[in-house]
Amino acid sequence: MGTTRLTSVEELKRWQEECADRWQSRGVQVRVCGGTGCNAKGSLSVQAALAEAAAQLEAEGRGFTVKVTGCHGLCERGPIVTIHPGDILYQNVREEHVPQIVRETVLGGHVVESLLAEVTPGGAKVTSANELPFYSRQRRVVLQHNGLIDPSSIEDYVAVGGYQALAKALTLMTPEQVIEEVRVAGLRGRGGGGFPTARKWLSCREAKGEPKYVICNGDEGDPGAFMDRSIMEGNPHSVIEGMIIGAYAIGAHHGYIYVRNEYPLAVIRLREGLEAAREHGLLGDNILGSGFSFDILINRGGGAFVCGESTALMASLEGRPGEPRAKYVHTVEVGLHGKPTCLNNVETWANVPAIIANGGEWFASIGTEGSKGTKVFSLVGKVRNTGLVEVPMGMTLREIVFDIGGGIPDDRAFKAVQTGGPSGGCLPADCLDAPVDFDELTKLGSMMGSGGLIVMDEDTCMVNVARYFLNFLQEESCGKCTPCREGLPQMRRILDRICTGEGREDDLDLLLYLCDILEDGALCALGSTAVNPVRSTIRYFRDEYMEHIAEKYCRAHECRGLFSYQILAEKCTGCMRCLRECPQHAITGERRQVHTIEQAKCVQCGVCFDVCRFSAVVKTRPAIVRVPDAVSEAGPD
Amino acid sequence: MCGEPAQEAITKADPAAIEEIVSRYGRSSDFIIPMLQDVQHTYGYLPREAAREIARSLGVPLSQIYAVATFYRSFSLKPRGKHLITICTGTVCSLKGANRIVEAIQGLLGVEPGGTSEDRVFTLQSVNCLGACALAPVMVIDERYYGKVKVNHIPSLLAEYRKTEGSA
Repeated sequence: MGTTRLTSVEELKRWQEECADRWQSRGVQVRVCGGTGCNAKGSLSVQAALAEAAAQLEAEGRGFTVKVTGCHGLCERGPIVTIHPGDILYQNVREEHVPQIVRETVLGGHVVESLLAEVTPGGAKVTSANELPFYSRQRRVVLQHNGLIDPSSIEDYVAVGGYQALAKALTLMTPEQVIEEVRVAGLRGRGGGGFPTARKWLSCREAKGEPKYVICNGDEGDPGAFMDRSIMEGNPHSVIEGMIIGAYAIGAHHGYIYVRNEYPLAVIRLREGLEAAREHGLLGDNILGSGFSFDILINRGGGAFVCGESTALMASLEGRPGEPRAKYVHTVEVGLHGKPTCLNNVETWANVPAIIANGGEWFASIGTEGSKGTKVFSLVGKVRNTGLVEVPMGMTLREIVFDIGGGIPDDRAFKAVQTGGPSGGCLPADCLDAPVDFDELTKLGSMMGSGGLIVMDEDTCMVNVARYFLNFLQEESCGKCTPCREGLPQMRRILDRICTGEGREDDLDLLLYLCDILEDGALCALGSTAVNPVRSTIRYFRDEYMEHIAEKYCRAHECRGLFSYQILAEKCTGCMRCLRECPQHAITGERRQVHTIEQAKCVQCGVCFDVCRFSAVVKTRPAIVRVPDAVSEAGPD
Repeated sequence: MCGEPAQEAITKADPAAIEEIVSRYGRSSDFIIPMLQDVQHTYGYLPREAAREIARSLGVPLSQIYAVATFYRSFSLKPRGKHLITICTGTVCSLKGANRIVEAIQGLLGVEPGGTSEDRVFTLQSVNCLGACALAPVMVIDERYYGKVKVNHIPSLLAEYRKTEGSA
């Protein structure tokens, strides 16, 4: 068990066998999801209770192992607990369920029915993850071991085949062959751009200048995206191994992982991972006796979305504000500290070990003509199974949203799915049968981006969505170039006035005109792709814009002033709940009498809607609907 | 504008502690960001004295330190309150009403995001995404997550934090 520095591939092989043996004979193992979603739902106390139970049983010789793993994916039903043997999956596990799990499953060997997951709400229950469409429809390459191994244990990673790809690359392949394998695989950058990885590696390898750097971009700033976080937290060694292989191929000896500061657990996991890799001779001087040396430093980001842009990230790594520069000089030639630098995203690096281990052709057999392999998405928003999913490229949006995601909750209708983060676009129901790959999404006016898939239902106002992203981007604009710094606030102002009912007839033309300028003139991708949310919503949801402008009505009932709250007389019981909770004292009425909202006082905070237990509060067109028998209070104003 | 407690904090930013942080990173200006993060972690914000000390120690102009400190979202130049309220305003939380939560808290505390209540009990901040979308809308007070937050729960929740503050 003691850490010995491995000095050859043979030693790694021997160690791998030991780890694999221990893994095979692991007995009963209870795995608790330690991902962000489950943590926030209390998985830590579940884990503590399990560990305590295990310790007690240990004394009686009936111990079992408790593992905290990375994200299992099914965040919606967390905390998730899985048990080996039997691949049992329990959902919504709380601390108080632990004694029952230990008694019945760990010791008794049978399942606790009440904790099993249902395929559809109220439907049949299933025992293992693979019986749920959420899992069975996925194809897991990057996330293969998430949820299975303890991310802080290098032994676990090695037991499931970790660092074997590195051994293969270092002993059986030249750097050129490694690059060739990645080329055959057809791997494209997972950070959003989709640039062919092998071409980037080759350019960097051939670029003049020493030292060369490799960088892992873990500054995942897209709101609604947490794929990279889950990979870094759930399987940090896959990223580290990918980077070592890449560095070997490129001829770099220094690497950086730039992690978002809001991801403290990812920083901890990566630090532990780097230390363990160093102790075992997998990082540092003369890796596995191959003569190749490489090490990695971690840098925490300062919280700036623009640092996801490669030149901005490099400026930040040099201790400066993260302002991008023009990229006619490529970073593979002049990057960090003016030296050749290869920057890839977390998921891209994490794909590398699987490609080297299984071969480029294997990887290329998954996916579509132009986009190979799988893609991890965070499937979020108005969808039943919120979580982390990995699917082969080319799967349709419909399959992802409805088959894996389980569709829209609360009987609402699907309206749009937003891909690509703030640089992406909103796609309507007509696009649901489009295959998801880099080129298809671009054709539709959106983009792959890093992998957020945000589902929106009929209660989401598409004008407001465009405004949200523009507001986000204008706050995150670094201010260096004029089109972005000045253009985004202007566009947001226009969207603001549309959302408040002051939109003008020619506003859409003006918006599209500004989009053209921004696209041509902005210095970096933050600015030039900022037009996507606006263009795509105008393209697919022009009606909604026109309703805001011409009819002063927001059909999603989101934009204040463009709808109103009303109390339905036939449903109101006069319970006084809304009346008491209204912060504006805008509701009048007596007990057991129908209540009414004084529209002049109402600020549309929505508290009455939230607290009403009889669905008597409804959203309607702005204050023109007369409810039968309601006390007539709508005065001349 | 900062009252007594800030003065106290500034004197705490003693050169020896800053020196320790600077040497932790080999005195290289490449690491200004992590240095400032460490300072912020220690003091809860970036005291002016600490920024001066780092500039002096690295031999770089003070403006360079401030350029970094004001560019990145995670730095605060003002002392923060006892409790940090973080509202996720990521896409999903926004779809599910995060702005209503921000407004409600703003109304109760009388501060905008980034501000600290007059009694220094709360600092309100928003964050682009916490990646806990299954719990949207999410609010974090100190380290504790509150998921599926409703506007009408906010007053009593904040009152509870205030109460423990009073009895402490």
